[in-house]
Amino acid sequence: MIHRLRRAAMFVVAMLLVVALWEGYKAIGPAKGGDVLGFGILPRTNDQVMPHVWSMVTGLFDPAQRQGDQTVLSVVLGGAWYSFRIALVGFAGGVAGGMAIAVVLTRFRLAERAILPYLVISQTVPLIALAPLVAGWGGKLQIGDWVWPKWMSAAVLGAFLAFFPVAVGTLRGLKSPNAASLELMDSLAASWWRTLVKLRFPSAVPYIVPALKLGGAGAVVGVVVAEISTGLKGGIGRLIIEYSRQATSEPTKVFTSIFGAALLGLTMAAIVACIDLALMRNRPKESAS
Amino acid sequence: MKRTTRGALVSMLALSLVAAACGSDDDESTATEAPAATEAETDATEAPAATEAPAATEAPAATEAPADGECTEPTEVKLQMQWVTQAQFAGYYAAADQGFYADQCLEVTILEGAVDITPQDVLANGESDFAIAWVPKALASREGGADIVNIAQVYQRSGTLQVSFKDKGITSPADFAGKTIGNWGFGNEFEVFAAMTAAGLDPATDVTNVQQQFDMVALLAGDIDAAEAMTYNEYAQVLEAVNPDTGELYTPDDFNVISYEDEGVGMLQDAIWADGTRLSDPEYKDTAVRFVAASLQGWAYCRDNVQSCADIVLAQSPILGASHQLWQMNEVNKLIWPAASGVGFIDQAAWDRTVEIASGAKNLDGATVLTKPVDDGAYTNEIIEAAHAILEGLGVELTGDGYAPIEVTLNEGGA
Repeated sequence: MIHRLRRAAMFVVAMLLVVALWEGYKAIGPAKGGDVLGFGILPRTNDQVMPHVWSMVTGLFDPAQRQGDQTVLSVVLGGAWYSFRIALVGFAGGVAGGMAIAVVLTRFRLAERAILPYLVISQTVPLIALAPLVAGWGGKLQIGDWVWPKWMSAAVLGAFLAFFPVAVGTLRGLKSPNAASLELMDSLAASWWRTLVKLRFPSAVPYIVPALKLGGAGAVVGVVVAEISTGLKGGIGRLIIEYSRQATSEPTKVFTSIFGAALLGLTMAAIVACIDLALMRNRPKESAS
Repeated sequence: MKRTTRGALVSMLALSLVAAACGSDDDESTATEAPAATEAETDATEAPAATEAPAATEAPAATEAPADGECTEPTEVKLQMQWVTQAQFAGYYAAADQGFYADQCLEVTILEGAVDITPQDVLANGESDFAIAWVPKALASREGGADIVNIAQVYQRSGTLQVSFKDKGITSPADFAGKTIGNWGFGNEFEVFAAMTAAGLDPATDVTNVQQQFDMVALLAGDIDAAEAMTYNEYAQVLEAVNPDTGELYTPDDFNVISYEDEGVGMLQDAIWADGTRLSDPEYKDTAVRFVAASLQGWAYCRDNVQSCADIVLAQSPILGASHQLWQMNEVNKLIWPAASGVGFIDQAAWDRTVEIASGAKNLDGATVLTKPVDDGAYTNEIIEAAHAILEGLGVELTGDGYAPIEVTLNEGGA
């Protein structure tokens, strides 16, 4: 319990440290930016570029529009919630896809040699090049009465970033049991499938958990970038472009939308942490930090 | 050694498999498109036959034609915009909101633009039926093989400005000499370079050119002396910002504004583009006429109901600033009205000037927008004339002779 409290306190301290760094630099840094040895590397500190932290926070409670009682906070939270649901779908799809690929690659050695390079290649394709392509599916694909919704394209891009670490991590994990254990399963005439369920998956868990953390972050990034790139309405990515265009007159607004994106990432991380706890509960804690 | 060769073989096999899969995909898509095309053709040939028949016994064929005034099955139309919802596209939203599209038996889906969406490419790929695009950029796509045709020049004037603080003393492009001048790049910079060249400056040596962000922070921070801005957007942004010296909003008195339209180097901007190949299909052509007519009716509505149109846009996207959108609506109206030859009509002189600048003005890389002369089919006034006929029948005023802009007060942050 005390351990938990200490972690929570550390989090608050870390937040305050970031705030102190920001405000500290703002206080002593040059307002118009500065040169170090002739290179203009010191960021300027005026309110346009580095608004005070408290004005960002109070900016959250400004009305989003002159008429209407919606605050910026509720708009940002609404956007984050919208993107979060898409990211969750992307994450789930990415995890399912990544694990399925890992199982297939473990089963067929030949497939691993053949497919793994493509997995690596797939991650070198820039997301923004892919986004308009996938966005084009919106409203065009139709299976029976079900029409491909626009948000699904963003979820696909989230899944696209999420599946890779999961696939690689799971693959590594599925191959981790030592030869003696595998031979034991063989000597018991266990089928390949039983070996997978009883031996390979359990020993893969420590590899899967960090992969999920990467995958969760990937899903969030994928969805936000997809929203920015394809202009999907309602999410936090769209809010970031909209508010950054208003940065000329209201620089704090961009930061409020970035808070929303950060919150989105944190929530996703929390979910993965819960999965982590659930999966690792019966394991020795030697690697727990 | 043997293992590695086997590995290589497997990889090769997989590569070719993927290639084969892609190939068959292509085949499939062309295969599915082909019957659709032939169907369309047969439809087209059937249509005149149906009109020959004295009694409209063939009900399903007759419902598709709106000529009989009845609308049982509206034609579905997708319109791709250049950017996210804002008053720049108010006329289309108003036409949908006020039922002008429905009156023409159309069901229009407006597709928003975004960072990575090029409207004319979306149109050329068949993902939309019409697209809004600036003329020079669309012509560049046309040169690249996209068969797209300008069927209505909604914005008669260019809305591009170069905005600078009064104390910089930049009142004409000749004053750019020795200054740091911002431009947007990505093909939005050619008016700037054309103006410099026309003023006798060499853009490469006489001016420091900087690619600017799509906000005006660099101007306010003093990083650039003059920033490129649209009358309806970025210029409003600086007027919505607080002047730290006075604590009040900046006013137009704080700035010098150069209008590229006034400098004689304005290029045509927002126009409605259609698919050139499909225009030979009478059905699509008829849809285009009705679509243009209803859209222009929307723009005429926005001329006469500025506040109402701004509200329609705000209802579409509540995160936008109310006074900013009202300002934008008013400025956009100024670019459309008055329209001497009727709204949407493509003026030969303005077109020629746009093409000339697009082929002549070089940016810093020495590139021009166009490298080849523009062929005749790049625009047509045929659709707009038919649309005007419809609108005259509806009693819509088309030239905006008595048009007068309203006064808009911007609030801080455009709220």
